[in-house]
Amino acid sequence: MTTAISPMNSGRNWVAHLVILLGVAITAFPIYVAFVASTLTTQDIAQAPMPLFPGGEGLANYLQVLTQGMAGTYLSPPVWQMIWNSLLVALAITGGKIVLSIFSAFAVVFFNFPGRTLFFWMIFITLMLPVEVRILPTYEVVSDLGLINTFAGLTLPLIASATATLLFRQFFLTIPDELVEAAKMDGASPMRFFKDILLPLSVTNIAALFVILFVYGWNQYLWPLLIITDNNLDTIVVGIKKMIGTGDASTDWNLVMATTMLAVLPPALVVVLMQKWFVKGLVDTEK
Amino acid sequence: MASISLRNVVKRYRTGKTELQVIHGVSAEIADHEFIVIVGPSGCGKSTLLRMVAGLEEISGGDIAIGPRVVNTLEPAERDIAMVFQNYALYPHMSVFGNMAYGLKIKKVPPAEIAQRVDKAAAILELGHLLQRKPRELSGGQRQRVAMGRAIVRQPQVFLFDEPLSNLDAKLRAQTRLEIQKLHRELGITSLFVTHDQVEAMTLAQRMMVMNAGKMEQFGTPEEVYSRPATTFVASFMGSPPMNLLNHAPGAKADSILGIRPEHLDIGDTGWELQVETVELLGAERLVHARLGDEKLIIRTHEDQGAPAVGSTIHALPREERLHWFDAATGQRR
Repeated sequence: MTTAISPMNSGRNWVAHLVILLGVAITAFPIYVAFVASTLTTQDIAQAPMPLFPGGEGLANYLQVLTQGMAGTYLSPPVWQMIWNSLLVALAITGGKIVLSIFSAFAVVFFNFPGRTLFFWMIFITLMLPVEVRILPTYEVVSDLGLINTFAGLTLPLIASATATLLFRQFFLTIPDELVEAAKMDGASPMRFFKDILLPLSVTNIAALFVILFVYGWNQYLWPLLIITDNNLDTIVVGIKKMIGTGDASTDWNLVMATTMLAVLPPALVVVLMQKWFVKGLVDTEK
Repeated sequence: MASISLRNVVKRYRTGKTELQVIHGVSAEIADHEFIVIVGPSGCGKSTLLRMVAGLEEISGGDIAIGPRVVNTLEPAERDIAMVFQNYALYPHMSVFGNMAYGLKIKKVPPAEIAQRVDKAAAILELGHLLQRKPRELSGGQRQRVAMGRAIVRQPQVFLFDEPLSNLDAKLRAQTRLEIQKLHRELGITSLFVTHDQVEAMTLAQRMMVMNAGKMEQFGTPEEVYSRPATTFVASFMGSPPMNLLNHAPGAKADSILGIRPEHLDIGDTGWELQVETVELLGAERLVHARLGDEKLIIRTHEDQGAPAVGSTIHALPREERLHWFDAATGQRR
């Protein structure tokens, strides 16, 4: 959205613009530094002060990390592989969470069954238990099921989502009863109602949740670190941490920065692409 | 045959251990093609009754039959009915065409027939040029017509209307009332129309059911309900200003309430002695608020007749043939 600056106001507006530019600069600066670092050689970085303009090694660095990972260390597979792993994990978690919570919310809001309030409160209370709190019991269960170092073990424990269920529930509660009754009069079965009426109306919510959950899934660190023992199955976030030397070996910071830049791309892309759905949904929905 | 039979219909709500009965044994026989209005104040149970006929509320006691079938246990979609809601309840993401076609799509009616039925309904309701629009692009009146179109397209045995005009402005309400009358003349489908507005009731009904606190007080033609109200409630509900109900009118029988409508009192030289309290000019007529002993009265006079002075004593003669007598204890007509 842009507001036209009338010639009469342009004098006072420059202060606002300055403040905004300053904010952007402060937020974006670390990313810029990372980008610059990814285009230099290790020596350039080691020598303080680090140059603030991009160097010439960019292409070479990116190609190297993408195809070979950190050459010389056994800890790092090629970055394209780790990005692929992260993508699969993030998509599985996002998809799983959305599907599971939309059906849970659907059940809790539109059906009357014994224990309904109890189930809802049970789901709600688990909000107070983040992954880190329940990680030991979860590890034991996953281990007993033989799912260590598997895709299923990586994604399944993270699929139940109280936040998403709550969000959908609040949204479903705003759907007027008369709409449900009109659908009943038209002869729509509950699943038909879900598919033809509820889902199209939920598109904005699903888009918003997709973004939030994708970034959440992409950024998972603790759980993948515990579950995955085979380096080839590492997610990018874990991979980046492993690239940073533990004292003995020196770190190729330029390569680490290159990997970081690549790791930031997919979530950023998701946010940018989903924005269209956000806006479209906001304009379209109205009861 | 699309008659409706209500046989001692009862509705109870149970919350925890307490049970609340909201509809107390309503019975009525509605013939095929009739336009019936259920009228009453808020909370009288008229919407609940309608929803029981629709299948949106469970029936706690008694039977409801549509045609020869008792429909107590049937789902709304199985009862061959269609409903028009107060808030239109249109599917916001579907076009007008989609809204009207949805029920038929679920019934797996062939697309050609769907198009034909929708076009026909759209022609009757003058919606032809709006078929591709979404509900948010329509005015309130247009949305209500789409809601009616959705009902017509189903070709049901019974139409149910749940206060459909309440959300429209006064002018639109009058217009849509006429459209509903026209629709009934053309299609002749048995209709149950719920409203709290007595004007809508009087103008639309072939017969009307006046309800109060879950009981059906009277079921008759508008003429009957207005000129021969069965209870004091009906007497005071219909008519604006309401009928005067007096406990201590001169010449009153013991334990009786006398009812006389404001327009049936003639101010002159003879009759009851009244103290004038206020006079309101409404344009074509005047309302004289007066006092008979310790009871209040309203008299409706023509604006030609001149206004009595406030505080003065006047005489008003009630027309003999327009007196109504009700039992003071039960409120029933004598």
